[in-house]
Amino acid sequence: MFYREAGQFKTSYGADQAVFPIHQDRIFVALWLAIAFVLVPLVSSEYLLRAILIPLLILALAALGLNLLVGYCGQLSLGTGGFMAVGAYAAYNLCVRVPALNPFVAFLLAGGVATLVGIAFGMPSLRIKGYYLAVATLAAQFFLDWVFSRVAWFTNNTPSGSITAPPITLFQLSFDTPVRKYLLCLTILALFAMVAKNLVRGRIGRAWMATRDMDVAAEIIGIRPMYAKLSAFAVSSFFIGVAGGLWAFVHLGSWEPLAFDVNRSFSILFMVIIGGLGSILGSILGAAFITVLPLLLNQLPQWLGVSMSTAMISHLEAMIFGCLIVFFLIKEPLGLARLWRIGKEKLRLWPFPY
Amino acid sequence: MGFFLEVVLGGLMAGVLYSLVALGFVLIFKASGVFNFAQGAMVLFAALTLVRLMELLKHTFNPLLIALLLTIAVMIALAWAIERLVLRPLVNQPGISLFMATLGISYVLDGFGQAVWGSDVYVLDVGIPKRPLVLLESVVPGGVLVPSEDLFAALIAGLLVVGLGVFFQKTRIGRALRAVADDHQAAQSVGIPLNYIWVIVWAVAGLVALVAGIVWGSKLGVQFSLGLIALKALPVLILGGFESILGAVVGGLIIGVGEKLSEVYLGPRVGGGIENWFAYVLALVFLLVRPEGLFGERHIDRV
Amino acid sequence: MSATASARRLGDVLLRLQGISLSFGGVKALDDVSFDVRHHEIRAIIGPNGAGKSSLLNVINGVYRPSQGVVTYKGAARRQMRPHEAATQGIARTFQNIALFKGMSVLDNIMTGRTLKMHAGFLFQCLYFGKARREELEHRERVEHIIDFLQIEHIRKTPVGRLAYGLQKRVELARALAAEPELLLLDEPMAGMNVEEKEDMCRFILDVNDEFGTTIVLIEHDMGVVMDLSDRVVVLDYGRKIGDGSPDEVRGNQAVIDAYLGVRH
Repeated sequence: MFYREAGQFKTSYGADQAVFPIHQDRIFVALWLAIAFVLVPLVSSEYLLRAILIPLLILALAALGLNLLVGYCGQLSLGTGGFMAVGAYAAYNLCVRVPALNPFVAFLLAGGVATLVGIAFGMPSLRIKGYYLAVATLAAQFFLDWVFSRVAWFTNNTPSGSITAPPITLFQLSFDTPVRKYLLCLTILALFAMVAKNLVRGRIGRAWMATRDMDVAAEIIGIRPMYAKLSAFAVSSFFIGVAGGLWAFVHLGSWEPLAFDVNRSFSILFMVIIGGLGSILGSILGAAFITVLPLLLNQLPQWLGVSMSTAMISHLEAMIFGCLIVFFLIKEPLGLARLWRIGKEKLRLWPFPY
Repeated sequence: MGFFLEVVLGGLMAGVLYSLVALGFVLIFKASGVFNFAQGAMVLFAALTLVRLMELLKHTFNPLLIALLLTIAVMIALAWAIERLVLRPLVNQPGISLFMATLGISYVLDGFGQAVWGSDVYVLDVGIPKRPLVLLESVVPGGVLVPSEDLFAALIAGLLVVGLGVFFQKTRIGRALRAVADDHQAAQSVGIPLNYIWVIVWAVAGLVALVAGIVWGSKLGVQFSLGLIALKALPVLILGGFESILGAVVGGLIIGVGEKLSEVYLGPRVGGGIENWFAYVLALVFLLVRPEGLFGERHIDRV
Repeated sequence: MSATASARRLGDVLLRLQGISLSFGGVKALDDVSFDVRHHEIRAIIGPNGAGKSSLLNVINGVYRPSQGVVTYKGAARRQMRPHEAATQGIARTFQNIALFKGMSVLDNIMTGRTLKMHAGFLFQCLYFGKARREELEHRERVEHIIDFLQIEHIRKTPVGRLAYGLQKRVELARALAAEPELLLLDEPMAGMNVEEKEDMCRFILDVNDEFGTTIVLIEHDMGVVMDLSDRVVVLDYGRKIGDGSPDEVRGNQAVIDAYLGVRH
């Protein structure tokens, strides 16, 4: 009875096309933002921020980028880790070699580099689709892995191959406390999510979805497949590159190429699938799910009072993970986002069952 | 010259191993249109099961035979379980969902296998002769060194290819499998029992995985990295075509030789590690030039 | 409609096909087909299944490249137009097996038809303000006009995959109309419809031709519809043209009767 649309009729197309047309939704979202920006930093422990929330936000950004490519434009990519690496190493090299550069600008430029690399590796999508494209992106992943571990220039000739990011200072404010890092990541995620939403509901988003659903028909309408696919790769790689930079600088601090290997690509792909393909909220929910799950599984033996070696726990994790993927694919192929929407539908009818 | 031949032969042998794994992929793709990402995990799981069972049964009269029979039974049971729990509920879903599901299966198999059997490196000895042979002494001075277990692997692969080829072309079940790969619904509508067929296919793929596991395992020892071979088999399939048994063999050989040659001759100049990405880049080139692979079929989209 | 009235209404030749031949491997889909289409005309293409009718439409809008022959559209002669170019030149079409974007709503599907008319830059898109926002609303209004015209207001937010077949066909027509085409190619627009739906669709097609002056080429199997709607008819059989003229002329043509129409028993 609270979540009713009765009495909310739209008198203009603009009002109809708003992102949150229902009044209650707007209040809801405002509340969430208030909680996220104000309440959470106040009450969270450092562990919570550092180990859960910050990685969650950064991976959500990466998942968002991948969702634009896979969910909205239908181009399967397994090279996410590689593109994150491009962003990370580009940001590192820019900050280290051009110290006068504003870190904000450095990150944007790093995203730009990732965009260019993304477009280059996205070229095959003009000729191949589906599994074949997945293999092409795997080629990108492994090649980039190799490039960053063998070509010493990228690591600034550090012998160990493991590099440390310089701290980020912006406007005389140093982002070294967990709270500041959290707010930085949250702001960036919120901005990028807004941009993503705007793109998706406009001409470009429709071109992506048309290409995904039936590219031959899309071409006949006048949507150029090249522009649609490459723009998807470009925007997606930008998001992922920035996420990679954040992952390296804000979350890891020091890293080596292994941090961006093929497992990272798969993990982000799972976030997108479980969260919901073609959904902005889904990317965030998926990231939350996959970040929190291993931590829960780690604690499970303790709660159950059973003792297990860490190796055994990780095996169990893998099994449960796999089962959950299959479960989601069977039960709710549209992911957590769909479950969320169903929940809202039920809320509309509450307290009636249907 | 002798060294070059050895590298090539070494590459061919490695290629045979890739082909064995790719064969399992082709089987499943040919018969159900599913890209089975879990094939590598199946290879590892089969090998692990065999090795550990042989260990457990080492005091019986013929541990190898009994363990082999039990492992075959396990792989058949696995095929049945996969069909029942994963394939049946997902029957008309798009290919990408099934691919993701096999990804999930691979995680489950990895975790389960290691949880039950442990994750150390195990030595597998099924009696394949390991004495290196020296061949072609008349042609090349000093001859060419060839490990006889590699020859054995090639022989087994050859037999498998011939056997599978005959199976698909000549038998009734083989024809039914090809029908299913083409169109699930149409196959069902002519009375082909989908579920039964799928169990057969995955069981056969499981047995192929077992053979691959035995061959790889005797050569390298049974260990976790065996599962990563799934990723290497992808370029093999691209080269050979997803639906061609012959293609899996030829593709595997090309990749094997190409990798070895590029590593040995180009590697030192760029600091090594070319093997990691050579196969993929080659596949990429193929994709742009001849996407259906050497032996695959062109797909035409009708509007 | 009297002969003089229709002659007045029809304009010059908009589209001319000369000597079009098309082969797929060994199969000859079209064999030396030539005809023309005039402005504001409704031209029907009929013939048995497999006669090459859909292939002909595909040649017209650039999906297939004929092995021989020339397509002259708006005075420019060429062998093949790329599909994208055909769209910019004002050709729109519907498909035999509906080619809607199943993942999007009806409204979004029709909005994609307006893609070529939207030009707001990328940055504006990202922020959804200024030109991007204005364009969205402008085109939304035009699209609503079409939705009103085809009477599909009640389903505008429904995902297309959930609609009944007849409604999907209507949405596809709406998407084609959204491009404000000069030449509209309809591939069996009434397939699978009942009598009522067919009447509605006939009315829509006539209205489109009347109100917007769109030239229409349609493939249709229902002879009643063809006789009522079309100004002229082309008959294909095994890829060859066996009849070309007004509906009455074609109906009396012996070759057409033998191949397709049959006789009353």
